[in-house]
Amino acid sequence: MASQTLQSVPAEPSPVRHEQSPEDAARLDAEGQAYFDKVMAEDSRIEPRDWMPPAYRKTLLRQISQHAHSEIIGMQPEANWISRAPSLKRKAILMAKVQDEAGHGLYLYSAAETLGQPRDQMMQDLMDGKAKYSSIFNYPARTWADMGAIGWMVDGAAIANQVPLCRASFGPYGRAMVRVCKEESFHQRQGFEILLELSHGTPEQKQMAQDAVNRWYAPALMMFGPPDDDSPNSKQSMAWNIKRFSNDELRNRFVGMMMEQVKVLELTLPDKDIRFNEETKKWEHGPLDWDEFHEVLKGRGPCNAQRLERRREAHQNGAWVREAAAAYADKQRRKQAEKVSAA
Amino acid sequence: MSTTPETAAETGGHGDISVGVQGASGSGEATASATRITPGNALRPEDIALAVSRGTAKPSEDVAEFALRLGDDALVLAQRLGHWISRAPELEEDIALGNIALDQLGHARSFLSYAGGALGEDGTARSEDDLAYFRSEPEFRSVEIFELPNGDFAVTIARQFVVSYYQFELYSRLTQSTDATLAGIAAKAVKEVDYHRDHSAQWVLRLAQGTDESREKMIHGFKVIWPYVDELFRDDELTARLSEAGAAVEPSSLRANFDRLTGEVLAEAELEVPNVQPTPGGGRKGLHSEHLGYLLAEMQVLAREYPGASW
Repeated sequence: MASQTLQSVPAEPSPVRHEQSPEDAARLDAEGQAYFDKVMAEDSRIEPRDWMPPAYRKTLLRQISQHAHSEIIGMQPEANWISRAPSLKRKAILMAKVQDEAGHGLYLYSAAETLGQPRDQMMQDLMDGKAKYSSIFNYPARTWADMGAIGWMVDGAAIANQVPLCRASFGPYGRAMVRVCKEESFHQRQGFEILLELSHGTPEQKQMAQDAVNRWYAPALMMFGPPDDDSPNSKQSMAWNIKRFSNDELRNRFVGMMMEQVKVLELTLPDKDIRFNEETKKWEHGPLDWDEFHEVLKGRGPCNAQRLERRREAHQNGAWVREAAAAYADKQRRKQAEKVSAA
Repeated sequence: MSTTPETAAETGGHGDISVGVQGASGSGEATASATRITPGNALRPEDIALAVSRGTAKPSEDVAEFALRLGDDALVLAQRLGHWISRAPELEEDIALGNIALDQLGHARSFLSYAGGALGEDGTARSEDDLAYFRSEPEFRSVEIFELPNGDFAVTIARQFVVSYYQFELYSRLTQSTDATLAGIAAKAVKEVDYHRDHSAQWVLRLAQGTDESREKMIHGFKVIWPYVDELFRDDELTARLSEAGAAVEPSSLRANFDRLTGEVLAEAELEVPNVQPTPGGGRKGLHSEHLGYLLAEMQVLAREYPGASW
């Protein structure tokens, strides 16, 4: 084994593979697994054409498509305020931000497509309620200050989650994350700036900011997923170098960052139990309502029905446009082919 | 004509207004990539606001009124297009329509920031936000085509097609304005509007020659939009004076190019110019469509709830 140079083994069965004997197929799988294990051991990268265990492919496809769906559904609570943004500069920033999210959705769907599932299928799964997205987006954006709280806390939590994903073992995902994280850090800063402006504004504005922070705090902490002792998939994802830190580790780190930043905002976090544990050198926070988390996850949150209906509506209203674009492209191809054959 | 290139150049800073003017002098520049502007040379609304507040860029009353017209057109259109974000037929279109909305909003901010330099009753400049959020309906100067509801995707594309070909002709000519700031704003805007033309022309072709359904919708879209085309090209006393001074052009002088270039696309799409009667319009005098009030009510609600607040 040691003398053998391990090489990437193509994942896609070549046409000849059907004619392979079961022995050959088994040998290729074994070679693929050996290469995969080596990549994991070296903390290197798997690329789309490499052999990978079916469960690895399935896990990634689920995670990346959920991430893409979260970006797309996540456009809605913020798009809700574009028309009412209180200054033209804020309107421009918000539009650009929501546009970025559509872009993130696109890179992520593209990364997921390299695992063999077309975007249309993923979209369909989302609309059919078969695929999940981050449950945070099932909460309503009630006031302008929510644009600040979403940017600061929700995008902040997303960054804490996603920075380690830049090193994910699956190449297209890790690379997509690099760009996503750069843009997310702008988003977080603009959210912070909205809150800063509000908290230093009129008493009503400051109250609006505090109210938004109070409402988004717990849902933002829950974005990191269930506690470690209730997160069955985490261990395998860590073994596959997709996930680098546990849910609780990331959550605690995030709480620490919030605690520093909230002082600058001259606001408070709605949690009296936050403290830095000198023994463990870790931040701790109060109990979270995981029943609520599971309720929202199951589709019983304040906006689940609304968010999905809006996506379905946009998709249905656009069906004739997509059909037209496809038909036109077809006609153009045929015309081109006729020209070539005539020449 | 109170702004000269010399005085505008004194503003310096991040975005030197005069750069846009010099950059626009060659016609080739108008077709250069809008995305490759050196950040240091991009003319931002903030630069114009700064120049206005320092008094280094001050529009004449006529120029300010003209800038207000163009600013309102662009602002109202941005507000309309922004609604598509998260509702478009395809993710790529969420991004494209969002981008066009952002460009229009940028143009609006520049024009309004400049217009504000001459409009304060107490002698001080009014900000872009004063103008956008604290004017009432009759004080707006947009024309009706920009105010029309989005309709379906074909209506939005029909409106966008007309508007971007009109804006391209207008801004191309304004790059030669004797008013340095107007010319600077136009030089930046024309590059972006060129992409808007491309985007809408491609969709006109796709929809007109896609499926029977899409063709029917495209024809309907143009029928909805076309009554409002004439108003874009109507001259009045203001444009006559500005044209005389070399600061702007008579809208009617843009019509021939508009007809020729849109005609080429329509011919390729095998579409006819709809046989519809033009509306009288009146937006330049503050007589607006029934649609504008709702649009403004939504846009202004938060700012008006907290007058004087900073955001």
